[in-house]
Amino acid sequence: MIKVYETIAEKLFLLSAIVSVSITILIFGFMLILGLPLMKGGHFFDLLTQPWAPYHGSYGIYPMIVGTLTIAFLSVVMAFPLSLGCACLISALGSKRFSRFLRRVVQLMTGIPTVIYGFVGIFLLVPMIRELFQRGSGMCILSASLMLAVLISPTMILFFSDSFDHVPKSYLNAVDSLGGSQVQKFLYVILPCAGKGVLTGLILGLGRALGDTLIALMIAGNAIQVPGSLLDSARTLTSHIALVIAADYESLEFRSIFACGMSLYVFTTLAVLGVRSLGSMHQGRKR
Amino acid sequence: MSGILLLGTITCIIGYLFLKGLDTIKLSLIFGETAPLEALLFKKQVFDGLFPAMIGTFSLVVLSVGWAIPVGLATGIYLAEYARHSVKKVFNLFFDILAGIPSIVIGLFGFSLAVFLHKHFSERIYPCLLISSLSLAFLVLPYLIRTTQVALESLPAATRLTALALGATRLQNIFYVLIPKSLSGIISGVILAIGRCAEDTAVIMLTGVVATAGVPKSILSHYEALPFYIYYISSQYSNTQELLSGYGACIILLTICVFLFFLAFVIKRRLTYQALYRV
Repeated sequence: MIKVYETIAEKLFLLSAIVSVSITILIFGFMLILGLPLMKGGHFFDLLTQPWAPYHGSYGIYPMIVGTLTIAFLSVVMAFPLSLGCACLISALGSKRFSRFLRRVVQLMTGIPTVIYGFVGIFLLVPMIRELFQRGSGMCILSASLMLAVLISPTMILFFSDSFDHVPKSYLNAVDSLGGSQVQKFLYVILPCAGKGVLTGLILGLGRALGDTLIALMIAGNAIQVPGSLLDSARTLTSHIALVIAADYESLEFRSIFACGMSLYVFTTLAVLGVRSLGSMHQGRKR
Repeated sequence: MSGILLLGTITCIIGYLFLKGLDTIKLSLIFGETAPLEALLFKKQVFDGLFPAMIGTFSLVVLSVGWAIPVGLATGIYLAEYARHSVKKVFNLFFDILAGIPSIVIGLFGFSLAVFLHKHFSERIYPCLLISSLSLAFLVLPYLIRTTQVALESLPAATRLTALALGATRLQNIFYVLIPKSLSGIISGVILAIGRCAEDTAVIMLTGVVATAGVPKSILSHYEALPFYIYYISSQYSNTQELLSGYGACIILLTICVFLFFLAFVIKRRLTYQALYRV
């Protein structure tokens, strides 16, 4: 009797595992099938490079791709030095109590809802940018990527400081006994040793920035155009999906959001694969 | 320097919210003109308060966590205890990808699922509470799987083998030894998943949340939710009072999330001690 229960339980566990895996595949399948009419006859690559002009029958998502990439990269560029500094404060330079406090705050920051960042962004940051540059409405790439940088830096900080903590103790003791200062220790030993971890954190931060909807939707201004300067407004793939969904279900305009969804899926999958291959290389080197 | 910058930014954000919104925090923000007791017992509709949104968020969280927990825990157990190495590798890859998918894409999937069901099964199905909770469940599934798996795998080999050596079956070992031992990790994973459900806006925006719907009557109806309310207010508020209630909603949502975060933290500590000293 017990045997039967064992088998049933194992089959149940296996079943739920298969269900969860199939969700991943199913999502991709849905995007593919619903986006298919656009892709027939090799239109797909046109779609990625054409401008958006619904009245001329062209539904390219090129402006959105450019917007997404600009905002994401800018925010990573802004968040990177900040996160690196904070991570080194947490795990190397800061005093014990301060670094514990800082780590708590950073962990807490990961729990703050994105919509709150967006809300504060609209009513605090956007007017500031508007006053500062005296141009446009203040809803621009610059403010969106500033806010995104705040959003992604906790993820990056936690990853960085984890990888700093994994540097072998004996290396650190060696530097101390050679008479190296804290800063030297950080620059010449910890940073090179934790390079992989830093890269992983960067990629994860980039993935988070690419996938985020609310901040870009609320702050970036959502104009469909290839942005010319930092103070132009832009629309990202994610906010395009959110904005178009209200239209009717059969038009090509509606289909284009599945192309957006698929590009996002592919971007993030590539990021995940990148992180994983870095991880396995790291393990291989250790052995 | 960068530490100060970060701390300054976060203090600015939270301080700004509280400075602007603190005055609005009172009972009438939540219940409007209706008496609190009657609203809580669903006797009267609440029109100009946050109560429907809070109930919407609450039922959404309960439903989606209800879907996600059984599947997530079972999958985590399978991966940690039963799966062979090669299978585990493939499955882990899939869950990493699922964890990386942007929430709006999952929302899009939920939306197209609703359209699909509407066309092929029943006319009554359109974006609603049910669809939203399912999509949210997909969103938090990878986190649940991962925390369960890690919690189980990090148990020491001695704990893992003792019951087996005493003649317990695999299932008995899992339910009487391994799960109680790793409960703290699993529960903090669940709490983080709840927090994620409560804060996510992109998914529900595509799958049936609306600005004014009252308290949801069934799982096939529209509903309101706090994060969407904040988004809605920020883009189309009509007067200062609405804007102020947006600040109030922000503070409530922030408090809920911070509270859940600390709960997860405390449980993780407490339960480890208890599980160690009670047995």
